[in-house]
Amino acid sequence: MTALFEARGIVKRFGGLVAINRVDYALDRGIASIIGPNGAGKTTLFNVFTGLYEPDEGEVTFRGHSLVGRRPDQITALGVCRTFQNIRLFANMTAIENVLVGMHARVRLGLWDALSHRPRFHQVERGLWRRGSELLDRVGLRAKANEVARNLPYGDQRRLELARALASEPSLLLLDEPTAGMTQSEAGDLMSLLRRLVVDLDLAILLIEHNMRVVMEVSDRVTVLDHGEKIAEGVPREVQGDARVIEAYLGRRSAARGSRAAP
Amino acid sequence: MINAVAAVAAVALSVTLVAVFPRSILVFLAFQGSMLFVYAAPRIAGWLRWGLLGLSLVVLMPMIGSVNGYYLEVATQVGIFAALALGLNIVVGLAGLLDLGYVAFFAVGAYSWAIFGSPHANLIFGGGFPLAPGWFYVFLFVGLGVAALTGVLLGLPVLRLRGDYLAIVTLGFGEVIRVLANNLDKPVNLTNGPKGITPIGRPPLPFGIPYSEAFYFLVLLIVVVVIVVNRRLEDSHIGRAWEAIREDELAAQAMGVPLVRAKLLAFACGASFAGVMGVVFSAKQIFINPESFTFLESIGVLAMVILGGMGSIPGAVVGATVVTVLNLQVLKGFSLWLNELKNAGVTVLGYSLANLPTQLEPAKYERMVFGMILVVMMIFRPQGIFPARRRQRELAQAQVDKEQVAVAGAEP
Repeated sequence: MTALFEARGIVKRFGGLVAINRVDYALDRGIASIIGPNGAGKTTLFNVFTGLYEPDEGEVTFRGHSLVGRRPDQITALGVCRTFQNIRLFANMTAIENVLVGMHARVRLGLWDALSHRPRFHQVERGLWRRGSELLDRVGLRAKANEVARNLPYGDQRRLELARALASEPSLLLLDEPTAGMTQSEAGDLMSLLRRLVVDLDLAILLIEHNMRVVMEVSDRVTVLDHGEKIAEGVPREVQGDARVIEAYLGRRSAARGSRAAP
Repeated sequence: MINAVAAVAAVALSVTLVAVFPRSILVFLAFQGSMLFVYAAPRIAGWLRWGLLGLSLVVLMPMIGSVNGYYLEVATQVGIFAALALGLNIVVGLAGLLDLGYVAFFAVGAYSWAIFGSPHANLIFGGGFPLAPGWFYVFLFVGLGVAALTGVLLGLPVLRLRGDYLAIVTLGFGEVIRVLANNLDKPVNLTNGPKGITPIGRPPLPFGIPYSEAFYFLVLLIVVVVIVVNRRLEDSHIGRAWEAIREDELAAQAMGVPLVRAKLLAFACGASFAGVMGVVFSAKQIFINPESFTFLESIGVLAMVILGGMGSIPGAVVGATVVTVLNLQVLKGFSLWLNELKNAGVTVLGYSLANLPTQLEPAKYERMVFGMILVVMMIFRPQGIFPARRRQRELAQAQVDKEQVAVAGAEP
């Protein structure tokens, strides 16, 4: 049986620069993280996974469907949704409206339903609002449902983006640096929320993260990217001790010292 | 309470004044101002607010029209432009697609009825035209369909463009339609070129009142329908998707909004309003030629949307009123007044106005004054007269429902 999500031999070039070089990736359940120094190609990989970039080589499948060549909205409709590194909320819409937009792919209404206001329209619309407020509840923003997204504090914006992504009922959630700019305790809260989501919603989560404490605590599996290549993969403990990872992060000298110290 | 009394008093007083001074533009402006006050004043009971507005539009306005017919003409024009502004509001205000050639769809609608509702179609099809006036009502839908189709055809190739590029292409498209209208008198005479088409049939109106009043009611009815449609679109998943595209196209797509489809729908909806109003416009004018559909008209409608407040339905209506009244009445009235002063030989600071060179005639300032008003407005109130307000939703109901679900789930 194939994994829920699988990528094989992904290559992405920008002009002469090889941003991603033959990366394989597979994810079935739980929380996995991708780490790596700046410019390692983490976000590029996310963009390939969610259809914002088309890979030059390689194959991406989700539940057996190929994702390559599909538009981002089609990929979201299949059940893969994401957040962005530099928060991209709909700034002038309220929190609840942001979440409602996230449900767009799941709304089974047409133009005529919206114009005719048949009972079905009200029924569906009420359902959307109810689910929207539940989602806001989940991330702790219920009381701020009517606030314009632009006016929310930074941490709330991150959590709203998470709620918006959840609104599309994904089976795989890709989070690009969800704890950036959060305090250690906020980050901890968010991670326990993610843990609950995995259980409650039967969700697989893929993180890009710089906060090592968070990564090592929460991840079932960690993948390390450097210069567009996968240099290590495994449970957090293994990866932490890997010489190539230490080298990528700290440079050659400290890697040498690290490997001397290891035994 | 005070506001309610003030609102009733304002409407009553301004109407009385119009009856006493039927020729004074200022008094008619006061009547419009009273309607604005009724709409915007805080703490008035809903029934009183809408009752007064309905009374003003349905009863008082036609009465004023019977005193001074020109005012009714102005009101009808305002209605036509309000519907146009509401259509453009969807495209520019909600979906954030800058369309500088909007009047093209208006032209498409206008020509669709002009050709078949006048003897002109005989030149193309041989005989049997004009169609009976009753066909006008069918052509409201034909105009809608043709304009929407034109919107989709234009949209398909250009909606991949963003911002400035889209604006330039739509600008070009608007000009193309006008040039086509100007030149499609050969090889087959479709539009009769710059000479225009006349006489265009006027619809039979059933009310048994003077024709201009009946026509005013027809336009009012269409505007009400347009507002309801606008409201329902805005309050649905479709409207939310449009706004999401305006806010962040990439994020909207990543959240599952099919970009091209949603944009095409916005284009088609906006275009269809213009198409319907084009049909109404051609029937009202009896005569149309390409001069009615210049670039300046597109800019005029855009000015209405921006002046009123982008993405706001009351804003579009108020913007249309302000711009139309400004152009038809205030600036014309101003010019006439200055001309009168000039002819009477009034001197200002020792300078006789009669010596004013003809190049500086006040009638030529109209556009300049309009432009200055726009500039001042954008500096001091860039969000528009009635900026779009985010509706505060009461989520309490959803909370109750949720608890009910929880209880129902717990019972068995």
